[in-house]
Amino acid sequence: MANMTFIWAVVGVVAYIILAPFVGGLLAGFDRKFTAHMQGRKGPPVLQPFFDVSKLLKKEITVVNKGQRFLVVCFLLFIVITGCLFFAGLDLLMCFFALTTAAIFLVLAAYSAHSAYSHMGAQRELLQMLCYEPIILLIAVGFYVATDSFAVTGILHGTVSPIVWLPLLFIAFVMILPAKLGKSPFDISTSHHAHQEIVKGVTTELAGGNLAMVEIAHWYEDVFLLGVIFLFIANMNHWWTIILGVIVCLVVYFIQTLIDNTCARVKWNEMLRFTWLVAIALGVTNVILVYYLR
Amino acid sequence: MADITKSPWIMHYDASSCNGCDIEVLACLTPLYDVERFGIINTGNPKHADILLITGSVNTQNQEVVKQLYEQMPEPKVVVAIGICACNGGVFKECYNVLGGVDKVIPVDVYVPGCAARPQSIVDGVVKGLGVLKEKREAMKKKA
Amino acid sequence: MVELILFLILFPFLAAVILAVARSQAARRIIVPICGILIIIAAIAFAVQWLPAIGVFGAMGGGTGIMLVTEAHVVDMVMLIGEVVLLVVILAFSFKYKRYFCVVLSVVQFLIMLVVDLVMDKPEVYQLNIDRLTVIMVLIVGIVGSLICIYGFGYMKDYHHHHTDVKPRQPFFFAILFMFLGAMMGLVMSNSLIWMYFFWEITSVSSFLLIGYTRTEEAINNSFRALWMNLLGGLGFAVGICFLVSNCGIVSFDQLLASGNGAILLPVALLAFAGLTKSAQLPFSRWLLGAMVAPTPTSALLHSATMVKAGVYLLLRLAPVMAGTPAGYMVAFVGGFTFLITSMLAITKSDGKQVLAYSTISNLGLITACAGVGMPETVWAGVFLIIFHAVSKSMLFQSVGAVENATGSRDIESMTGLIVRYPKMAFVMIIGICGMFLAPFGMLISKWAALKAFVDAGDFISLIMVFFVAFGSATTVFYWSKWLGKIISVPGKFEKCEHKTGGTEWFSLWIHFVLMIVICLAFLPISGLVVAPLVDGMFGAFASAAISSSNLFTMFVLLVLIIIIPLIAWGTSHKKNYRKELAYMAGINRGDDIGFVNSFGGTTEVNLSSWYMEDVFGEHKLWKPSVWITIIAIVGFIAASAGTVLTAIGGVL
Repeated sequence: MANMTFIWAVVGVVAYIILAPFVGGLLAGFDRKFTAHMQGRKGPPVLQPFFDVSKLLKKEITVVNKGQRFLVVCFLLFIVITGCLFFAGLDLLMCFFALTTAAIFLVLAAYSAHSAYSHMGAQRELLQMLCYEPIILLIAVGFYVATDSFAVTGILHGTVSPIVWLPLLFIAFVMILPAKLGKSPFDISTSHHAHQEIVKGVTTELAGGNLAMVEIAHWYEDVFLLGVIFLFIANMNHWWTIILGVIVCLVVYFIQTLIDNTCARVKWNEMLRFTWLVAIALGVTNVILVYYLR
Repeated sequence: MADITKSPWIMHYDASSCNGCDIEVLACLTPLYDVERFGIINTGNPKHADILLITGSVNTQNQEVVKQLYEQMPEPKVVVAIGICACNGGVFKECYNVLGGVDKVIPVDVYVPGCAARPQSIVDGVVKGLGVLKEKREAMKKKA
Repeated sequence: MVELILFLILFPFLAAVILAVARSQAARRIIVPICGILIIIAAIAFAVQWLPAIGVFGAMGGGTGIMLVTEAHVVDMVMLIGEVVLLVVILAFSFKYKRYFCVVLSVVQFLIMLVVDLVMDKPEVYQLNIDRLTVIMVLIVGIVGSLICIYGFGYMKDYHHHHTDVKPRQPFFFAILFMFLGAMMGLVMSNSLIWMYFFWEITSVSSFLLIGYTRTEEAINNSFRALWMNLLGGLGFAVGICFLVSNCGIVSFDQLLASGNGAILLPVALLAFAGLTKSAQLPFSRWLLGAMVAPTPTSALLHSATMVKAGVYLLLRLAPVMAGTPAGYMVAFVGGFTFLITSMLAITKSDGKQVLAYSTISNLGLITACAGVGMPETVWAGVFLIIFHAVSKSMLFQSVGAVENATGSRDIESMTGLIVRYPKMAFVMIIGICGMFLAPFGMLISKWAALKAFVDAGDFISLIMVFFVAFGSATTVFYWSKWLGKIISVPGKFEKCEHKTGGTEWFSLWIHFVLMIVICLAFLPISGLVVAPLVDGMFGAFASAAISSSNLFTMFVLLVLIIIIPLIAWGTSHKKNYRKELAYMAGINRGDDIGFVNSFGGTTEVNLSSWYMEDVFGEHKLWKPSVWITIIAIVGFIAASAGTVLTAIGGVL
């Protein structure tokens, strides 16, 4: 039994490391396609994100200072580690802490350049973290209260799908997901849209291969985040929940695209107020309810 | 892997245009012309850009800006001069503060004439620039 | 074995006397490092000697009781004389500066202790108790505390070089520093509550003297604030002891922890109250913030190795009896609340030392909350938080002090590009900051364990702790990251500056650095060999089993990764020579990433400042409500304890 768990963990990690960039890139491609269609355009090919990254990798790397490259590599590696911890079925709380660490490296990469736009992006990225961190931690706690386990494998092998106990947290997570995916209305630190009041925010001073790494890291991250969505739905005792989980992931991703296209960026203080209210109204409430009802 | 021409990110700089060409450049992004079909993205950041679109003639005040933007773009990079003013100064050529076309300051790879340049020709110009981009990339590879 | 204990307690006092007598700089140059190193060696020897000797489950909660003096009345007399001396010191200063509140507080508690000492019958108890928590605290006080003293030697020289307006009183300063260490040693070894109270008061008075070192008006005000708050705590301590002795016949920790008597609830709440004041929890946080006016070694000592640690030490000792009682709820709530609120307040500060002060209070809040919940896992986490916090906070204070001496400012905004200007100093500071919050350095691991334990604890107050931690973690990340960002932010033409930092400062800083790495790497052995048995000793057999080994393994893997990943990243990036390009400024960058050409052809300089969000988290918004909330909580829970005890007594009648 222990051996099987180990094998599954290895399979999960290897699959994540190899497949996640493809899945993430494809999702990003579909995202752009859908966006274009929602705006009445034809849009780029689905494989466009891969073209972009491959081009970026072929370009010259220019840096503003020596540390930039180091920090960006750390960002990518920590995101990968986050996903690996998750898909190895290990502790969810640890995953989230690793995710935070990764995000800090991106912030530091932006900080390291003495550039107004990059700095502003770094501050805003930090603010985004301030906004979504409480909900993310509450989600980990929620899973624990609902399934008695922080471990991903433990959660998957619970008696019922966690969503039964955590509907409010699920909604809260979907609500703050734009901040993590870099989508409107919470794309205050950087975005793929044309608005340019802070140029490209955190990524302003990253060129060529460095930017490519950030993009790839985002693909890895997206897959990890969808993994968390999947975790809400899936339960190993009922095979159909697994299929349902995948479907819900896709639907949630589509909803994110829809929100992205129908909302404008918010101001940072509105974002803080909104996300913390969501954290309290939905997150805290849900945890308390499960705690006493279960 | 896909080649470098499939994802040209552009940056648009208005040197001293009358805004006629600028409007046409932005028109390319609209659903009607939808340049994102070709993977073109308007970045507004030299560090992310492959192609620099310049409208209007260069004057004494902004020549340094143009130079710096060009320098800040990572190799390989292409410059497309949009409109007759960017090509050789146009009607403003004789002004006391105008240096002339963009090529007085930085090397230009593609000239797109017109007053104002039509979106179709702008798209054409960018696509032509892609050829140059590819050549430059080959040259870069050889050097490395 | 007793000799070493005596040495650890008495030698610092001896050193204090020597330093007070030998007044020349040259003498200090020799005496301070030698005494410091002797204490370090003694502390390590103590640990080596005692760790194997302490039984796993003993009558003393896994500790060994020691009878230092056999004649009880001699001890009482010594204590009494000591307390008289302390009283005289307090009275002298209070009358001089007309602070009559302090007079009242100190006289009242002195009288209470007088009654306890002379009138009441007390059972004979072990005066000292050595268990693993003691060993850990001795190591922290001995190593970190002594290093701060050694650092202080170089620092104070520079300090008086810069601050010519402050009258140098270095003999006094170092004497008090060492006295502090001695008092702390005595405090953490005491089993007898009366002994502990005595040392407790010494730390209160010495911190008062240290804070007032510069004798400016601000310093004097702040020192008296520290004094009255700590005296108030001391009063709680005294009343608690009086109650315990008269009603339950208890004068020591081992009796207290073993007692099933319901009547101990109230005194325990009062002792916990003393712990809260000393560890600067809300509403008593002001004194620690005010302590910043003193020279940096003082702040470092108060914040990392001594003083505030005495508070949480007491709380952790009381944890088993507090769990699930109103006293426990009080401590947990106040701690968790303080953790959240002060981490928000830290965001709004740009003065490096103030940020450190708030972060200290915040972290202590977490430890306090751990103690208040009183589960084996929370105590486990609390002990680790103490260890990691002591080392990284001491390191941070010292580096901020060194930077201040080098650049003339301790404002975080002026630390821009420190990594280029003072690379070594910046490196130490970065490690210190990472230690405070980044995964998976120790603090974060402990926070993680605490969060788990709170969920496990299974009562409503612990659930509230979870929410405090969830929000507080987010704010903590915010203020540390922006500081880190400032250090590594590099404008173009910054150049390396010459270090003015002296040898003793570097000595201390590098040892801290090594300590930090060693503790991180030795995390598993420390947990397995020291902290887990400690928890077993406190809570009974196999209490530590809750901290499952697979979780520890996950942590350890992460720990190794944080070292390996940057190495990989560094390996792939440091040799490459990428084209260096100027930052994009949407205009003509003058060439240094600072100035750009404006529309008039002149140069405008860019000033990049971090966010402080005064409007959201400012003191003017949060301070008063938080103080009232905590005051109400403390009064309410102590009243609840009193109520429970009264009903119990009423039931008996």
